[in-house]
Amino acid sequence: MDLTKLSLKQTIKALEDKQFSKQELNRAYLSKIDTLNSKLNVFLEVEKNTLGIPAAIKDIIITQNIKTTAGSKILSNFLPPYNATVIGRLLEKGCSVIGKTNHDEFAMGSSGENSAYGVTKNPWNLKKVPGGSSSGSAAAVAADMCVFSLGTDTGGSIRQPASLCGVVGLKTSYGRVSRYGAIALSSSLDQIGPFTKTVEDARTILEWISGEDGLDANCHGKPFQPQKSFKNLSGIKIGVPKEYFGKGLDKGVEKVIREAIKKLEELGGEIVEVSLPHTEYAIAAYYIILPSEVSSNLAKFDGIRFGFDRSKFGAEAKRRIMLGTFTLSAGYFDDYFIKAAKVRTLIKQDFEKAFEKVDVIVGPVSPTVAWDIGEKFDDPLAMYLSDAYTIPANLAGICGLSLPCGFVEGLPVGLQILGKYWGEDTILSVGEIYEQATDWHKEKPKL
Amino acid sequence: MKLTDIQVKHVAKLANLPLSSEELKKYGEQLSKILDYIEQLNKIDTSKVNPTFNVVDKKNVWDEDIVKPSLSQEQALQNGQTKNDYFITKGVFEEE
Amino acid sequence: MYEPVIGLEVHVELNTKSKMFCRCSADYFGKKPNTQTCPVCLGLPGSLPYINKQAIEDCMKIGLALNCEISKKSLFERKNYFYPDLAKGYQISQLRWPLCIKGWIEVDPPSHKASEGQETSRIRINRVHQEEDTGKLTHSGSETLIDFNRSSVPLVEIVTEPDFKDSSQIKDYAKKLQQIFRYLGVSDADMEKGQMRLEANISVRKVGQKQLPAYRVELKNINSFRFMVAAVEYEIKRQIEALEKGEKLVQETKGWNEDKKQTFTQRVKEEANDYRYFPEPDLPEMQFEESKIKDLESNLPELPWKKLEQFIEKYGINESSARILTEDKDLAGFFEQLVELGKKEGVLAKDIANYVVNQKIDLLNDSPQQIIDDIKAKKTNLISDDSQLEKVAKEVISENPQMVETYKKGKVTIIQALIGVVMKKTAGKADATKVKIILESLLNL
Repeated sequence: MDLTKLSLKQTIKALEDKQFSKQELNRAYLSKIDTLNSKLNVFLEVEKNTLGIPAAIKDIIITQNIKTTAGSKILSNFLPPYNATVIGRLLEKGCSVIGKTNHDEFAMGSSGENSAYGVTKNPWNLKKVPGGSSSGSAAAVAADMCVFSLGTDTGGSIRQPASLCGVVGLKTSYGRVSRYGAIALSSSLDQIGPFTKTVEDARTILEWISGEDGLDANCHGKPFQPQKSFKNLSGIKIGVPKEYFGKGLDKGVEKVIREAIKKLEELGGEIVEVSLPHTEYAIAAYYIILPSEVSSNLAKFDGIRFGFDRSKFGAEAKRRIMLGTFTLSAGYFDDYFIKAAKVRTLIKQDFEKAFEKVDVIVGPVSPTVAWDIGEKFDDPLAMYLSDAYTIPANLAGICGLSLPCGFVEGLPVGLQILGKYWGEDTILSVGEIYEQATDWHKEKPKL
Repeated sequence: MKLTDIQVKHVAKLANLPLSSEELKKYGEQLSKILDYIEQLNKIDTSKVNPTFNVVDKKNVWDEDIVKPSLSQEQALQNGQTKNDYFITKGVFEEE
Repeated sequence: MYEPVIGLEVHVELNTKSKMFCRCSADYFGKKPNTQTCPVCLGLPGSLPYINKQAIEDCMKIGLALNCEISKKSLFERKNYFYPDLAKGYQISQLRWPLCIKGWIEVDPPSHKASEGQETSRIRINRVHQEEDTGKLTHSGSETLIDFNRSSVPLVEIVTEPDFKDSSQIKDYAKKLQQIFRYLGVSDADMEKGQMRLEANISVRKVGQKQLPAYRVELKNINSFRFMVAAVEYEIKRQIEALEKGEKLVQETKGWNEDKKQTFTQRVKEEANDYRYFPEPDLPEMQFEESKIKDLESNLPELPWKKLEQFIEKYGINESSARILTEDKDLAGFFEQLVELGKKEGVLAKDIANYVVNQKIDLLNDSPQQIIDDIKAKKTNLISDDSQLEKVAKEVISENPQMVETYKKGKVTIIQALIGVVMKKTAGKADATKVKIILESLLNL
């Protein structure tokens, strides 16, 4: 039996039934990592002597006494004296950190190419990007190098690599999971969430890591507890936003998504067309709010208390610091930051109105499948535009799920299921029903 | 919106980023391009819209005034350049 | 004719147990360096701030004591700048949504108005807001050492409108604020320990000119009332002289050199600082209901001027004694305790006031009962014969030429010492109030 193919739920069950020990489990994963990591560049740091359920953690999440780099040269020697809240909670549940995964520097990027430690390769095609920014965490699950992983999603950084790598990725509602110990990119948008092999596993991880901790003042509520369980989708209204099927959406991807929507209808869902009229402005608003917050969040990197000096930032970090410093500067604050914050309100209201009519909203995660490494690297704006379908959810603070729903030319396509604020229960249920009715999640890359 | 060289330099100074002249030029051009893209927001009338800075609807989230343990001095200093249990940096000129 | 335009910014460190945005101990004074820090106040990657509720209440109390409106909605904001003592690269502060706005306080009128008989004048408070302190730098040669124990200790900033007309008003204002902080119990406001810091913005303009001058000089890092007064006076004179000579004054930050008794330039601003304030995304907003504000207001401790009024009206003591008795909250409390005790023993509040004002009281060690007994004993054989007292007073004056000279140079408080000598000579039996009047008339001949 290949232990690394098991889902989290199967792994827990097998451990309980004493089919294998935790040592054997860890050995299996470490040997997988040993074989694949040089090829894929997924892990920046591997912990050899772990004894829990092996979890891979995006290297932007703080782990006590395990080097945490944020994918940057500026933190190449940083040994944190504390654990992120989510790490503490996973350890309590019997998990262990098997390694820290590669990602775009400070989570800035959609391809993984902005990592100071080299790009992670897409397990489905080593010439392709894995998506970003949580590249390594997505690839680690796709390549069975861990049972599950954690990433962060600020503008799609969980959903998009999950889509491009063919795994399940959950972006939680803002405030659902404590950000304490996630190195901040854009504080009002960042959320931590899981990458898993099944929707069911994503639900379990959410139960484990959610709930207020008294350290992130924006995190609130009790740990997530599943409420609904429905066997089919009858009575469920599924919104399809026309704005997510416009210009720029790859025909192949569109076909796969339309088929997935048809499948949801077959499963009993009622398909309703909805409109999210301000979608086209999301990227512009996002690229004001995010760089503004970035310019401030990255000010603490001065090489005094930790890390190296500011010349060690990578190109994208410098670009966004410059942009955000400008948009906040005297005379421009109202025109940029306040304007963007108002547009953010409109985008949020778009979703609120849509969710008066429907239970979930579905569409593509990414306009294309994984692209060639190097293809968009020199054109930041083109790269930014690839996040058009994921960014609005972050601005609105709502939750979203990406799950495998087909392939285009051998590369995975993810279906995005967006839910209302605090609507994780519903999107996970809808996702699970779709997953159980299809076999896409069972496909594995040939490595 | 086209940023002037002076503006770009000023922004780099505010951001405390040591940039080469090539970098200044490159970022100046890229920033101008991004700002042009952002201009489209001006098409929307937001005069009657309130800004959203934080989507969390909670108010008055705070702690009681109770002291909890700090890091040990060793932990606090472990990642920094230090001397005699202080962090150390090159002389900040006393402004006299 | 020129007149000064002066505004004041006062920072006060609150005496909360824990820091503003983390729960490290805020009692940093004299502690080993970097022993009271955590990921939050060290600004380590991944850490997040969490508000100290007590600090917010303390800030609001200060606002209420200064007749401010409490904002229904208040936000924290980030003030972005780089300095090695600023752990996060930004200070969490407030600019557009401060906790308290639009207050005022009565202070002594400017000297020339006082001579015209004006009793008080009003200084408008622009804002009272909450922020956090920075770490502490020690410069040693080419190196700068940093201790972050003070990082994120709660600070309240009080900003006035440019309403001050001279240095005496500044001194009175600062003293009154210090008294308020102590009465409220929110800070010891010890200037030498840096718990209270003053910054003055000074410019001068032609009398009659309505708009504010185009420049202003910021006086900073001055750690005593006395030095601040000296620096302000120096600046007013310097600026008027410069303008009279037709020189152009520039925006700059200055400090005080006590040895040379002059201000010195710390920084000339080429351009205004650009702090790029924006709402702190890590902290949800604060909202206050009317009832909560009312509640806080009604539970404010009695403030110094209320106490002053009360002492004068209720106990019938004179204003100057009442001022001395209310200057310090603990002394006022001790006096009230004595009055309570005195009531039972038939000792008048007025006599207690005289005693307390004229004797050195040791708040920690003097027993109230002993003091009451003393007063009773003296009352029975008090010397109040003017001629007898005058004789002793004259003796004391001729025997203490130095004190007399000090008095004549303007340090009138020395009279307390002279009264003390008279009391000693009369074995404490002289009527101190009378002694004071007699001494004053003799000294002012």
